[in-house]
Amino acid sequence: MEFLGFLTRRLMWSILVLLGLSIVIFTIARVVPGDPARMALGPSASAAQVADLQEALGLNEPMVAQYGLFLAGLAQGDLGRSLLTEQSVNADIAKTFPATLELVICTIIFAFVFGIPLGVVAARWKDRWPDNLVRALAIGSAVMPSFFLALLLQILAGYVLNILPTTGRLPASMDFDATITGLILVDSLLTGRLDVFAQAARHLLLPTLALGLATMGQIARITRASMIDVSRQDYIEAARAFGVPDRLRMFKYMLRPAFVPPLTITGLEFASLIGNAFVVELIFSWPGMASYGIRAITQKDLNAIMGVVMVSGAFFVFVNLLIDVLVGVVDPRVRIRGGRA
Amino acid sequence: MNHPDAPQQQALSNAWQNWWRFSRNPTAVIGAIIVITSVALAVFAPLIVPFPDHIGAFVDFRNRSQPPSAAHWFGTDNVGRDIFSRVIYALRVSLILPVVVLGIAIPVGVTLGLLAGYFGGWTEIVIMRITDIALAIPPLVMALAVAAVLTPSLTNSMLAIALLWWTWHTRLIYGITRQLRSQEFVEAAETLGASKSHILFREILPNCVSAIAVKTSLDAGFVILIGAALSFLGLGIQPPTPDLGTMVASGASFLPDFWWQSVLPGCAILFVALGFNLLGDGLRDLFDVEDVR
Repeated sequence: MEFLGFLTRRLMWSILVLLGLSIVIFTIARVVPGDPARMALGPSASAAQVADLQEALGLNEPMVAQYGLFLAGLAQGDLGRSLLTEQSVNADIAKTFPATLELVICTIIFAFVFGIPLGVVAARWKDRWPDNLVRALAIGSAVMPSFFLALLLQILAGYVLNILPTTGRLPASMDFDATITGLILVDSLLTGRLDVFAQAARHLLLPTLALGLATMGQIARITRASMIDVSRQDYIEAARAFGVPDRLRMFKYMLRPAFVPPLTITGLEFASLIGNAFVVELIFSWPGMASYGIRAITQKDLNAIMGVVMVSGAFFVFVNLLIDVLVGVVDPRVRIRGGRA
Repeated sequence: MNHPDAPQQQALSNAWQNWWRFSRNPTAVIGAIIVITSVALAVFAPLIVPFPDHIGAFVDFRNRSQPPSAAHWFGTDNVGRDIFSRVIYALRVSLILPVVVLGIAIPVGVTLGLLAGYFGGWTEIVIMRITDIALAIPPLVMALAVAAVLTPSLTNSMLAIALLWWTWHTRLIYGITRQLRSQEFVEAAETLGASKSHILFREILPNCVSAIAVKTSLDAGFVILIGAALSFLGLGIQPPTPDLGTMVASGASFLPDFWWQSVLPGCAILFVALGFNLLGDGLRDLFDVEDVR
């Protein structure tokens, strides 16, 4: 019951953040110098064409009414129409988002599966060589520009060693429509196409590595710090005094509370992960939201840009909501106190 | 959130002791050396670079795409310009970026954090909720959007990044202030009738300095990375002004044959970002502010 209350509070809060986000995005798109209609049509359009588009977009209405329209659209999940292709931004984003989602999910899984054990190992052998190695890895991965790492991986694995595909989600010769969830890995398993699954996994490998290494390093670093922190707690000292074996103490009593900081950090840093995904997708010709977003940006398609920023923000808010629930599951105290600051 | 307690404050006031501790921390020293070297190279670029005229739209097709040699340490690019000279000049752009972004973000972020942490109530709710909203926007995506809506330029990129960057400092200072506001020295100042601004900026702020220093150093590295990513995408400073991200991007089409055209400028980004990160990491150990990321 109390968990339900916690969930409701957290959900209300997410909606408030999204509302604020919509105001920020609307302000950027409308208050900037220049006329969106003129920007979309380009300098060669006639004044009448511009006026028509202004009318169609509702740009002649007062600002507050325009925001009302934008918000009403958002509430119905409608992001408006692209100023260039006349297609609905929803449809465009719905087409590209699953590819981004697949990449991001794999990245997070990769980062946790390798980051947590590395952090535990570093904490267990603090100030010895495994610890130093993990810390060096954490710093190195944090300062490596994701686009540079992506390029290097592409060159090394793709061209020099020629062992992995470097562009796209599937080979061009392979015909597969991911219609169930949009995630090729999942859909290929559901339809029993193991050949597609294998190819999709091969294509995911390099982008995941390029995007996930920094997150993995961060998770390892935070896990290390929180394991060390927990190991100094009285109850762990008590367990040690009672002769609870090393391994049992680590995995049963320390890992669970130590798991919370890496989770919350991942939530906070998720925004930069989405940002980096843009660059990584571009380099690996990944047909995700980034390619769509970058095109919208270079063509000054305001509605599409607003849509992409809004969806990225909503994605961040949703992931953080999910993480807060997870943290509530791992750490019961959170449910009562009502979430992290 | 840790903050320097009394003995550490004494240490802070003791420059010698501080220097001694600093010089025994290899991470901080290596970081400081890298940062100072980069800044020196950027400042004295005109005196250092072997080919000053290769900075602009210089063309020498006979010397194009030469591998690194004694004359051209980092090789030449696809129009024959000396990459070493351009990398040194590009450091200027890379280093200006964090100075401007953090110059805006830190005063704003710190002030808001102090206000929210000290006053609580509605001030806290409003400020921290705005912070949460700003946190939900990926800085790189925001910078892309702003660069797209306005014209792509260095100024616009910096503005866009600064517009979101203050949030991290607000969160940091808010946390520290909340812990400090009930401490005796703050209560004593209140009892003595000190003004609010005295309490905020003279009593609480000095206790945040070490945390801010660590955060600033770490941040500088990350701002450089975001700036490089922006110009890699063609939305930062415009050619022919040398820029590391732009050089990686333009050299990428000639990989792997002419690897030096993009790998060496990329290593330069790595080098500078590493310097700030190591310095921040070392300072964190030094000041014992574990929670600052």
